[in-house]
Amino acid sequence: MSVLSSIMAFIAAAIIQGTPLLFGATGEIITEKSGNLNLGIPGIMYIGGISGIIGGYLYEHFCAEPIPVLCVIISLLASLAGSTFIAFIYSFLTITLKANQNVVGLALTTLGVGLGNFYGGSLLKMFGESGSISLLVTGNAYKTKIPFLSDHLGIVGETFFSFGFLVYLSIFIALFAQWFLNRTRVGLNLRAVGENPATADAAGINVSKYKYLATCIGGAIAGLGGLYFVMDYTTGAWTNNGFGDRGWLAIAIVIFALWKPRSAIFSSYVFGGLYIACIFIPGLSGSTKELIKMLPYLVTIIVLVFTSSRKKKEHQPPAALGRSYFREER
Amino acid sequence: MQNEKAKSAAITKKTHEPFIYITKRNDLPRLKAWGIRAAVLLIAMLFCALLVMLLTGENPINVFSSMVEGSFGTSRKMWNLLQSAAILLGISLAVTPAFKMRFWNTGAEGQVLIGMLASVACMFYIGDAIPSWLLIVIMFFASVIAGAVWAGIPGFFKATWNTNETLFTLMMNYVAMQLVSFFIMIWVPSGSMILGVVNADSQNGWFPSIAGQKYLLNVLIVALITVIVYVYLKKTKQGYEIAVVGESENTARYIGINVKKVILRTVLISGALCGVMGWILAAGTAHSITANSVGGNGFTAIMISWMSKFNPLVMVFSSLLVCFLQRGAGEIASTLRLNSSVGEVLTGVIILFIISSEFFINYKVNFRHKKHKEEVK
Amino acid sequence: MNQVAIELRNISKRFGRIQANKDVNLSVYNGEILALLGENGSGKTTLMNMISGIYHPDEGQIFIGGNEVSINSPHDAFNFKIGMIHQHFKLVDLFTAAENIVLGLDEPGKFDLAQVSKRVNEISEKYGFDIDPNKKIYEMSVSEKQTVEIVKVLYRGADILILDEPTAVLTPQEAGKLFDVVRRMRNDGKAIIIITHKLHEVLALSDKVAVLRHGEYVGTVNTAETNEEELTEMMVGKKVALNIQRPEPENPEDRIVVEHINCHSRDGVKLLDDVSFVARSGEILGIAGIAGSGQRELLEAIAGLQKLDGGSIIYHDPKTGREENLRDKTPIQIRELGVRLSFVPEDRLGMGLVGDMDIVDNMMLRSYRSGRSMFVQRQEPEALAERIIEQLGVVTPGTDVAVRKLSGGNVQKILIGREIASAPTVLMAAYPVRGLDVNSSYLIYDLLNEQKKNGVAVIFVGEDLDVLVELCDRIMVIGSGKITGVVDGRSTTKNEIGYLMTKTVGEEESTDAE
Repeated sequence: MSVLSSIMAFIAAAIIQGTPLLFGATGEIITEKSGNLNLGIPGIMYIGGISGIIGGYLYEHFCAEPIPVLCVIISLLASLAGSTFIAFIYSFLTITLKANQNVVGLALTTLGVGLGNFYGGSLLKMFGESGSISLLVTGNAYKTKIPFLSDHLGIVGETFFSFGFLVYLSIFIALFAQWFLNRTRVGLNLRAVGENPATADAAGINVSKYKYLATCIGGAIAGLGGLYFVMDYTTGAWTNNGFGDRGWLAIAIVIFALWKPRSAIFSSYVFGGLYIACIFIPGLSGSTKELIKMLPYLVTIIVLVFTSSRKKKEHQPPAALGRSYFREER
Repeated sequence: MQNEKAKSAAITKKTHEPFIYITKRNDLPRLKAWGIRAAVLLIAMLFCALLVMLLTGENPINVFSSMVEGSFGTSRKMWNLLQSAAILLGISLAVTPAFKMRFWNTGAEGQVLIGMLASVACMFYIGDAIPSWLLIVIMFFASVIAGAVWAGIPGFFKATWNTNETLFTLMMNYVAMQLVSFFIMIWVPSGSMILGVVNADSQNGWFPSIAGQKYLLNVLIVALITVIVYVYLKKTKQGYEIAVVGESENTARYIGINVKKVILRTVLISGALCGVMGWILAAGTAHSITANSVGGNGFTAIMISWMSKFNPLVMVFSSLLVCFLQRGAGEIASTLRLNSSVGEVLTGVIILFIISSEFFINYKVNFRHKKHKEEVK
Repeated sequence: MNQVAIELRNISKRFGRIQANKDVNLSVYNGEILALLGENGSGKTTLMNMISGIYHPDEGQIFIGGNEVSINSPHDAFNFKIGMIHQHFKLVDLFTAAENIVLGLDEPGKFDLAQVSKRVNEISEKYGFDIDPNKKIYEMSVSEKQTVEIVKVLYRGADILILDEPTAVLTPQEAGKLFDVVRRMRNDGKAIIIITHKLHEVLALSDKVAVLRHGEYVGTVNTAETNEEELTEMMVGKKVALNIQRPEPENPEDRIVVEHINCHSRDGVKLLDDVSFVARSGEILGIAGIAGSGQRELLEAIAGLQKLDGGSIIYHDPKTGREENLRDKTPIQIRELGVRLSFVPEDRLGMGLVGDMDIVDNMMLRSYRSGRSMFVQRQEPEALAERIIEQLGVVTPGTDVAVRKLSGGNVQKILIGREIASAPTVLMAAYPVRGLDVNSSYLIYDLLNEQKKNGVAVIFVGEDLDVLVELCDRIMVIGSGKITGVVDGRSTTKNEIGYLMTKTVGEEESTDAE
């Protein structure tokens, strides 16, 4: 029984670790499908987290008795607004101003991480408080379990139905994105923009509009990963650089999942599991633990090399990924 | 024509031509282009000043003087500024040859780190066995090879299977970081994850202080690298080949350049230079290593190289500017008891401004009221 | 009686100084196939682009179904039920046929690819297409891709179809199948405009032929009442005297002997089909042909840039008399053999020069390797640049100007100047006067003649037949990768060349190169 319960605990922990990655990966997949390689995703995820914190803090700070539901709504909206804004800057610079996508993305990551840590470290001081941020009401609201299912199904309920709602939302968004990209007219058009913008343009698709929307919506989704991390995982607390390199891991998952949101669900939990595997496997030496942490990246590289050598078209990055589209006015 | 349009509107939705349209331009004089960049830089600085004012409520003169104080206040602060600018400049120079060839190497962070790891490993294992100067030489070669290999692997796959180099090199960064953590775990049995200064007593494998300045040698080596990279890109046949391949692969083939060979060679050189920077970090600066020893400089370097238009001399200025901002912001943060991440925020803002200025240099914004010219393709 | 589907009246269009179309009158009835005939640059594509909404005419009127209309965008054209099948397919490789067909469409109702496939199959059945709606484009042959393009247009309900050189990429069998489909569409009442160069196709397929020459409308004839000779003459026009010099060749001797070379495109289309010919010293060999008939591949094969399937390219060294096979050698290896081969490619800024580099750097492209030093030497190229600027009258503010900023004529002078500076024994020039004004063009002819007098074997790929018959000693005609004939420049006529250009592969098997 203890083996089973520890396996179940591991699965639950892997899902918790995988959820921010899943948000990030789904957001990045939608973005990349439009041909934009947004390396600003790690920064956007920080922004998503800190914006939620700011929104939640302002509400909790100025309201004597914060209502949990409002805490969630306000911080959620703040998070979406923040990450959409950064994604919009990326879109404006790369689509309208046709700046280099890699450089803009990296600059936004620098900016996003900087802004996150800046506000995370200074927010309380700005309002004359001391100590570190801890939004317990908001955090606990995010952690609310599904009633009934979580406590009436025994170990299954404890493992699969005891998460905050963002975990389920992340799965839903990934599945929805999968359906949307492959089964709708707009999804088809979006994929055409990322594959061959000139053809999409000739077919009457507004390439810029699609790129803007995909990048901004993708950014908003990725930002939720940051929000999940600060609200649910750390229960409303901010630690500088606490989110670590999870944003890059999300980009790795995009490759590992071969640009399919549905595969990203499983991939995220695998990567999340690897992230914490060393805690659950007894008797590992410290150095082995570090090698296990290396695995997600190594596996991603192997996938990348393998798919490029196989040249199977369906497994390649979107053909126009990383390139600006410019139609010379006639 | 207006009549025709009116008639057709009855049948179809009238199509409005956009009021603004954009064309590529190539007639901007070089001087004017740099003028635009300078102006944008100025605007960016003003914007940053405004930002800091809003955040702190201080007047901008105080803020600026406090930044100057933070960077140049004491000779120690000045040396720290020079040292960090030198490291950033060196890495920027290292990524430039590959970039000029349109090889999007986002893996400088890892290539520097792995070079550093190679040097530290030499210090750790053979530090006591051989004289310090010989150790430094061995460290140099170890770092160069490590950096070149780390860049060469993605380069090889790019040349063979056209594997996406941006994503590949990006992933290699984290493999390098974990490798460093792995070795630290081996070297530090306590599991504290802190290696501490290697050869603290013997100072074996440390750069010697010159004229009493421990960072002078670092700065001098980077100055030398600046000259070498400048000469390599502008004056040598290989540099010329890089420029041709970067501008037009078709022309390169036309004159018989072996494009794959040039790509691989240039990527190896870029990686090797990153390795050299790792060697400097190990022997001249840190004498130790952590997974974050490069501290994002590998990424900042990419932006520096890009916004300097791959020109090594402009990079000197750009790296100094960015380091000044970061150090200065750090100073503001500590005097005003704000968070030190202000530096990153300012760097990000300035770089975004400068990147967007390229648009106004490369493209021309036309307004519709000018006569609409059609060109033959 | 059938209705007029589309009528053009006095359509004119200028691009800057160039008159692309002048007073063009055309009408196509429903249930009729009109062939639009003309040489390269005669304005056919411009005209069709005006119908499909990419350009707007400067003057003239367009009537559709009897009503005057203005077509301002491809979207407008689509609303007028006009569909154009471009020569270069606009398809997403990764998508299936059905996905490509509905791409960008804004149909009401649920998005259901199965339903789309069903409709595609209905259309295919109606017109006799052979198409699998669920097959991905990248798995398709060229002719299948073309079918997708046509079905795409029909799916959108087009009644007026424009096909831009549809058979250029097809095998004769595939072309035959296409014609069956086109005829079926005609019988269904569609109005069809087909752009082509191939006379036998025109005669076999069309009901009417409209001819354009240098942007001007020559006339329309009923296919049943015309023949190849008349069409050729309408297409090439009367001879225009240009007074280009043509010195007699001195001591011509074989310099390059090409025998039985072949090459394929990535799609498996034959680009060069058993090509054999000789280029002699002191002679200008002209190469005529419809654009894209294999001229580029031929020159690139000699320059060491094209992989060949078979055959040989033998170079005869004038000094040593040695023979070298240049096949499958790289440009560098060719140079190392002492073969002084110069090549002025068609794409000047994208291949012959680097647009963003300055004049001196562009001079170095050929010579930068010389010497053992690892540094580039800039004095000699600098001197060369100044010499070329002076001797050829290049208008430029200086030698440090990016060549992209120069005008077309000056760019070409720099490229040719560099190529002849190395004292070549073979000089190949592809469309060297394209886009140049009259004076620059004559300067280029003079330069080529000067090289000829120096004993260089000059190969000149041209498009203006008047120039070819006045400049070249011999003219070789290439059609769909095959040599369709070699004629004497002094005795031939434009009509003869025009006829050879439009003659099609497989029509006559035994056309010897010599």
